[in-house]
Amino acid sequence: MKRIYAREQYCINCRLCECFCKTAHSVSKDIIKAHKTEKPEPVSRLFVEGDNMLSFAVNCRHCDKPACVEACITGAMVKDPETGIVINNSERCVGCLSCVLACPYGAVKAGNIAYKCDLCRGEEMPACVKNCPNRALIYIEGGSER
Amino acid sequence: MKYVIIGNGAAGISAAGAIRKHDKKGSITVISDEPYAAYGRPLISYFIKGTVTQDKMPYKSPSFYEDYRIKTVFGQSAEKIESGSVVLNSGQRVEFDKLLIATGSLPFIPPISGLSGNPNVFTFLKLDDAIALKKAVKRDSRVVIVGGGLIGLKAAEGLHAICDNITVVELADRVLAAVIDKQGGDIVSDHLEKNGIKCITGNSVEAFNNNEAILKNGEAVGCDILVVAVGVRPNVRLAESAGISINKGIVTNENMQTSNPDIYAAGDCVESFDITDGSKRILALWPNAVRQGIIAGSHMAGGAEPAEKGTMPLNSVGFFSLNVMTCGITDPRDNSYETIIKTEGQKYKKFVIKDDVLRGFVLVDSPHRAGLYTALVRDKKPLSSLSGDITEEMGLINFSKDEIKKKIGGGEIQ
Repeated sequence: MKRIYAREQYCINCRLCECFCKTAHSVSKDIIKAHKTEKPEPVSRLFVEGDNMLSFAVNCRHCDKPACVEACITGAMVKDPETGIVINNSERCVGCLSCVLACPYGAVKAGNIAYKCDLCRGEEMPACVKNCPNRALIYIEGGSER
Repeated sequence: MKYVIIGNGAAGISAAGAIRKHDKKGSITVISDEPYAAYGRPLISYFIKGTVTQDKMPYKSPSFYEDYRIKTVFGQSAEKIESGSVVLNSGQRVEFDKLLIATGSLPFIPPISGLSGNPNVFTFLKLDDAIALKKAVKRDSRVVIVGGGLIGLKAAEGLHAICDNITVVELADRVLAAVIDKQGGDIVSDHLEKNGIKCITGNSVEAFNNNEAILKNGEAVGCDILVVAVGVRPNVRLAESAGISINKGIVTNENMQTSNPDIYAAGDCVESFDITDGSKRILALWPNAVRQGIIAGSHMAGGAEPAEKGTMPLNSVGFFSLNVMTCGITDPRDNSYETIIKTEGQKYKKFVIKDDVLRGFVLVDSPHRAGLYTALVRDKKPLSSLSGDITEEMGLINFSKDEIKKKIGGGEIQ
């Protein structure tokens, strides 16, 4: 499956990926409203780690054997057998955060419920990748390290 | 090939899915004494609270059994296993070529006088328990919960939404004693007290007379309804009838095969290997049951799911919005372990280290990126190979540059 991979050598810690992820996961889909007024506040599904010396974005690996799915007590967290996308169904999540404790990449975000990357639900290009100015995020089969 | 699974919980249903993945033709039958599609068992406290309704409890999609062509025998109990068949309480026999025992746990009932046959005494493990309890408990009922473990405290939180008088009585010196240290347990009980649940530790209920629960120290607590939640025991009765090897639970090899090569076992009824302390014990935990179910199902159907190399205690649970996470060894027995504690208000982080390896941790109100710590424990990662102070904050940034590249670049996908 196509996954999002980060290339730390091109990341400048600008965090635009976080801004556009938050907007893509807002109700308004408006970058100003998403950041300033929308309630409940939308949640960016990825993290930028590091500083201006070394930084990179971390988001869900959509693992082949996702630990988050196996840990989920409600059945909210599922891996789509066709697309491979791991999605947390927010209506069924009770916020126990077992998935946050299980994810070996620390890629599930803890809030009142769990939040995670859904690859923009099958959009041709996820918002973080589309809006990265340096192609420090890429969306491809296989991965940059393989 | 005829596959039969006894038990429709996390292990049973995960095994059924794994079998179908590897064998498109064989017949799969799931037997359960509960009359429901598989449901998230820990959701029963949310059901009591009313935040999850019964129709939202199924763990799989409504068409799961049909999609996977799984025959269901629900509402009937398996009585014994003999000569290639499971005998049901109706007398009917269900033949198998490969059998999975995923019978889970039974509540442990301590010797409290006044329990036997008493309609005001409940356990809290199954949906039917929760339905009966919800019906019985009124706003002004006086409920005493015996046992301050995960089940008892979740029962208390759920019942608090429908009842004003709830007391938890725990024998140990703290709540959640099986999974957390004293300091962490006290934060949890303080939080419960603030939210209106009375917690009594270092005491136990000796008798119940439908008006009072009499404690070990002679104190009497007003009580109309008693919930027994002191712990669970592996349900191995059927395994005994099959003559397979049983120790603390059903004994299996790494592929979840029992001493009878045609019989597999998975989940709470199985003796697991705890990689954090090297002990063999029962680890009645949801993710453990799912993983063992997948391994069992795969191998029953000739698949090659990597073997079970051991598991570890892992809990994440919320009480009135306070998240509590525990992993591995949280309360070391001897001083060969180093512990590092960080606290700030209700936030509490404890790391247990031995021989340069993180062996366990407690995170109260500090869930951010907790899975990275879990991975350190599971992988026995030498802490000296990490940069920065991981007890303050943990990120992939603490790994070496090569490891970071692998994790974010796709060189490693779990």
